[in-house]
Amino acid sequence: MIRIENLYKRFGRNEVLKGVDLNIPEGGIYAVLGPNGSGKTTLIKSVLGLVIPNKGSIKVLDRPVKGQWKYREEINYLPQIANFPGNIRVKELIGMIKDLRQKAGDEGTLIRMFGLEPFLDKKLANLSGGTKQKVNLVLTFMFDSPVIVLDEPTSGLDPASMIALKDLIQKEKQAGKTFLITTHIMQFVEEIADQVVYLLEGQVYYTGTLSGLLEKTGQKDLEYAIAAITSEK
Amino acid sequence: MLKILKYSFYDLMRSRWSYVYFLFYLLLGMVLLFLNNDLSKAVITLMNIIIILVPLIATIFGVMYFYNSREFTELLLAQPLKRSSIFLGQYLGVAGSLTMSLVLGLGLPFALYGLFQSGAILNFSLLILIGGLLTFIFAGLAFNIAISNENRIKGFGYAVLLWLFMAVIYDGLFLLTLIVFEEYPLDTFSLIATVFNPIDLSRILILLKLDISALLGYTGAVFKDFLGTRLGFIISGAVLLLWTLLPVWSLSAKAKRKDF
Repeated sequence: MIRIENLYKRFGRNEVLKGVDLNIPEGGIYAVLGPNGSGKTTLIKSVLGLVIPNKGSIKVLDRPVKGQWKYREEINYLPQIANFPGNIRVKELIGMIKDLRQKAGDEGTLIRMFGLEPFLDKKLANLSGGTKQKVNLVLTFMFDSPVIVLDEPTSGLDPASMIALKDLIQKEKQAGKTFLITTHIMQFVEEIADQVVYLLEGQVYYTGTLSGLLEKTGQKDLEYAIAAITSEK
Repeated sequence: MLKILKYSFYDLMRSRWSYVYFLFYLLLGMVLLFLNNDLSKAVITLMNIIIILVPLIATIFGVMYFYNSREFTELLLAQPLKRSSIFLGQYLGVAGSLTMSLVLGLGLPFALYGLFQSGAILNFSLLILIGGLLTFIFAGLAFNIAISNENRIKGFGYAVLLWLFMAVIYDGLFLLTLIVFEEYPLDTFSLIATVFNPIDLSRILILLKLDISALLGYTGAVFKDFLGTRLGFIISGAVLLLWTLLPVWSLSAKAKRKDF
């Protein structure tokens, strides 16, 4: 589904990705973990074509993505920081994205799920961080695409919305979708992830199941396992 | 691209600045007509204002819009849209709405004053056409500056410097060269130097069309010889068009390589 080979990316003098190889087959939830600055967001943005890699290749659904844009029709992306144009209303934003993607979207269910009805006529600049994140989630999940990429989906969410999000992810997984998720909330990873990918200093340190990572580090708890790898280096 | 253009244009039409710009031109047109009491004279005064102000407003507005719509751009980049069409759509939205304010703001008072019955209609149309081209040129240059500079303050600084250079400093250097090398024949040099600055080129094009090239003295005669002919007019028009296309081409090349 997504195949990344020998990926390098440098921002000025700062080498962020140093030869990442990763193969993500169809279906299931992949959590990309790693300390701050390990290159998680850069990796995800490279898959989406927001960041142009210096070297290496990325294929999505067996097609190289370099210089392409059509393949993004198959991807729903939730950006890390919900930056929206402040002067338009929530309803207009949803309509606009639907218009741009030329796809039918199922926003009604999602709006009810996250309780966004009272905010539909409000301007985005006047929303709180958590509400913006909910709008972000609606925009991401309202289309039916085989690949869903979430960058820090839990940031700013209250417990009720967190539960709604987890249900949503499970439901989409049942439908055969492939997820690529980055997060720092280990409890969230333990609950939903099928496989974890651990990035460290721009390289893939570990790919496999959660229990495998625990075994490899000799720790009982994921949080401690991650901390152990980070401090070891 | 048309969709992006639509949303950018729509977004701009709702912003206060388009109206400020429109009202400014409306007021300017009315005051000029009131003071000059004559259409052709008002057109000449208008030229001096358009040549300097239109580039300034297009530059500032272009940079401002680019930085302000960063969030919108980031949102669009993750959608299945071609990169160059996102930026070109935004650019055309800005330049288009500025040109519309210019055409409507100046066109309305002049039309009400009886422009269509007068002989000044051709000159006035040329003036508006050149104002539109200058808007597209300088908005394009401003987008180029903004996409190359993450830092807003720097971007604004460079944009204002660009305008200052083209509108003021270039002419100063030009004059200085003419004085220093006054013993040499400078006709070809001044022709070429004019072509490299869209503001100078526009000014001379309008001056020649208004038949007041005598103001330029001997050089005016040389210019009239070259630019006053049909061929000269076509060449200088083509150069202005080239000036419009170059920033667009460079913008789409820059957009392809940029990380977000």
